[in-house]
Amino acid sequence: MSGAVRGALAKARYYVREFSGEAAYDRYVAHARSHDPQAEVLTRRAFERARTDAREADPREGFRCC
Amino acid sequence: MINEGTRIMPEPGATGTQRTPTARATPQSVAVWVLVALIGAVGWGVLALSRGEEISAAWLLAAALGSYAIGYRFYSRFIANRVLKLDGTRATPAERLDNGVDFHPTDRRVLFGHHFAAVAGAGPLVGPVLAAQMGYLPGTIWIVAGVIFAGAVQDMVTLFFSTRRDGRSLGQMARDEIGPVGGAAALLAVFTIMIILLAVLGLVIVNALGHSPWGVFSIGMTIPIALFMGVYLRYLRPGRVTEVSVIGVALLLLAIVAGGWVAESSWADFFTLDKETLVLWMIGYGFFASVLPVWLLLAPRDYLSTFMKVGTIALMAVGVVIAMPTLKMPSVTDFATRGDGPVFAGSMFPFVFITIACGALSGFHSLVASGTTPKMIQKETQVRVIGYGAMLTESFVAVMAVIAACIIEPGLFFGVNSPAGVIGTTVQSASAAVGHFGFAISPDALAQAAKDVEETTLLSRTGGAPTFALGMSEIFSSVFGGAGMKAFWYHFAIMFEALFILTTVDAGTRVGRFMLQDTLGNVHKSFKDVSWKPGVWLASAVVVGGWGYFLWVGVKDPLGGINQLFPLFGIANQLLAAVALAVCTTLLVKSGRLKWAWVTAVPLAWDVAVTLTASYQKIFSDDVKIGFFAQRDKYQTGIDAGKVLPPAKNMDEMHTVVTNATVDGVLSALFAALIIIVLLDAARTCFKAVSDPGAVRLSEVPWTESKIIAPAGLIATAEEKAQLAAAGLDGGGGRVKDPVA
Repeated sequence: MSGAVRGALAKARYYVREFSGEAAYDRYVAHARSHDPQAEVLTRRAFERARTDAREADPREGFRCC
Repeated sequence: MINEGTRIMPEPGATGTQRTPTARATPQSVAVWVLVALIGAVGWGVLALSRGEEISAAWLLAAALGSYAIGYRFYSRFIANRVLKLDGTRATPAERLDNGVDFHPTDRRVLFGHHFAAVAGAGPLVGPVLAAQMGYLPGTIWIVAGVIFAGAVQDMVTLFFSTRRDGRSLGQMARDEIGPVGGAAALLAVFTIMIILLAVLGLVIVNALGHSPWGVFSIGMTIPIALFMGVYLRYLRPGRVTEVSVIGVALLLLAIVAGGWVAESSWADFFTLDKETLVLWMIGYGFFASVLPVWLLLAPRDYLSTFMKVGTIALMAVGVVIAMPTLKMPSVTDFATRGDGPVFAGSMFPFVFITIACGALSGFHSLVASGTTPKMIQKETQVRVIGYGAMLTESFVAVMAVIAACIIEPGLFFGVNSPAGVIGTTVQSASAAVGHFGFAISPDALAQAAKDVEETTLLSRTGGAPTFALGMSEIFSSVFGGAGMKAFWYHFAIMFEALFILTTVDAGTRVGRFMLQDTLGNVHKSFKDVSWKPGVWLASAVVVGGWGYFLWVGVKDPLGGINQLFPLFGIANQLLAAVALAVCTTLLVKSGRLKWAWVTAVPLAWDVAVTLTASYQKIFSDDVKIGFFAQRDKYQTGIDAGKVLPPAKNMDEMHTVVTNATVDGVLSALFAALIIIVLLDAARTCFKAVSDPGAVRLSEVPWTESKIIAPAGLIATAEEKAQLAAAGLDGGGGRVKDPVA
């Protein structure tokens, strides 16, 4: 695979992961570790749970229009 | 965090504004923009001058795209630099409050996608289709002009002010900046609008799925598919959204294909439901979907609908460009001036504007622009591309809906969109009635159109979705797969719209419930606790009961549910836009931008003129087709005299008309009263701010320096690229690393 194709695929993957929210966990871990590399972080399972449950508590987040 | 009342009428930009460098116009850029202007002008010219002949949809696209480019390049830039003075040196809430979860600086290209997916729904696909009864021209002019001067401005300015307030909601801003009365009226408006919105969207679905086993089966299958995805994301592979969405979309396509098999099998009877039964299913679905946990149904359905939305809209744009269909609808029909159209009553002003709503100016966007998006925006300078740019894209979707509605035979359009009370229930009666409107179509052609998409009938499938699906299947089948694929594409389009709508029904019911719980919490404390089950169930039942009532009534109404309710929905949506524009105007005045307040005050004045004229006619018109109380009087007189007046078929239906007309009339009056209250309160606040600038209290977060470098637009300019390179950042931008000491 040439470098250009590889670069384009990596870019596409980045956008899909960001857009779908799949990258949220990595971002959370990176954010927590940026201050303290040894920081305790939630497991992915626990993090994803907390994320959907937050939507339960305030449904105005992520509201869709007509 | 919010600095209440310490800043007195600040000079905007006094805090170290970094003016976007005014690029000197090079000969190349002048030449390019002259060319863009010419393309737009030629497009409008052809649309305006064509008389009687069929023209290509390409001209419509040229007019729209040329105008968007000019509007974005010049008007939004003016708003960004001169009016709002977007400040590249000011840190956004995402930067200051970054917690890696809900506040985090997001790549502008990703956020553009998020924001667009949140604002675009079924609305821009429905309104323009209905407005096509007046021809393609009135609708197109308003979709394009409206978005440039009103809709995109509203979205951009709301996003700006909310970003300066850590992502406060529209309701909070109304309360903080206008006052408690205006704020309470705004909250009540949002709640009632939500109820009408959900009822009308539900009606669109019910009208598309009634007596359609194919549609009912494939849309029904979305529920088990979503449940599977929910369990997958919760227990099997948490957070793997992309893979589960790919699986989900594949299952969805299979469900559409399988719908065709079901419709031809012995199961067809089981899935053939009449509209009344469908309403009961919708109400039951709405209740359970809103009390089930978010992860089980709402979140996975949302992933599915977002993937389908973005994919289908992109596919549609490509399809239109490749197929370049011709517009068969006249540019302006007689209904535009006579105001007696079968799809909705009333003349062009104000009802075209009311009907189109979402594609040109949508009040609902202000709820998104003042909620999630401001917490994710990386740089204040990106407010322009996210706020204004995403709304232009939605307007483009509305233009595609106009194209879809206008490329099918006008006779078929009116057969599909006129209520049964007007055209009867047989192809013969429909053909005769539509011929009477001046559009010839034979009974055989009407029957054949239904057969092509494997439906038993297309007559009186009002609500816009089936018409859009017909247009889309026409375009797609000419590009991909030929005439044999028509039925597949028709049901694909129905599925695509139904997915949005069911997601909105679920999410909207939850928001309504949340607002209700919040209000009831003032009376009985437990209601505020969103995990207190009896409160959740009761509030959900009230909200579902509210929209369910209007949905039921809409299906039973002899005068046609869409005809009666769609104008109310349009008025409600435009009322919310008036609230948002009033908040924006008040904030422009209070923040020392009085000179530029016309930027939102002029669209506000127009919107208020449209909304109040429409409300006035709906309340006071003597024409029984338009005025709710005139309808009430006519049918009540009929009842008193013991006579049954068409289209009612018996005394029960006469009573139905009287009740519905009364409820709808009272609601129109309520909406009008709410607009007037908000406006008066906003005017009072503005007047006070102008006469005593020293007393102005702004709840704006103080300036903090931004350490993020990122391009303002989707594509970085040469200058921005150089800045990024100097800071060692990639195209997405990011925080400047501290210089190594």
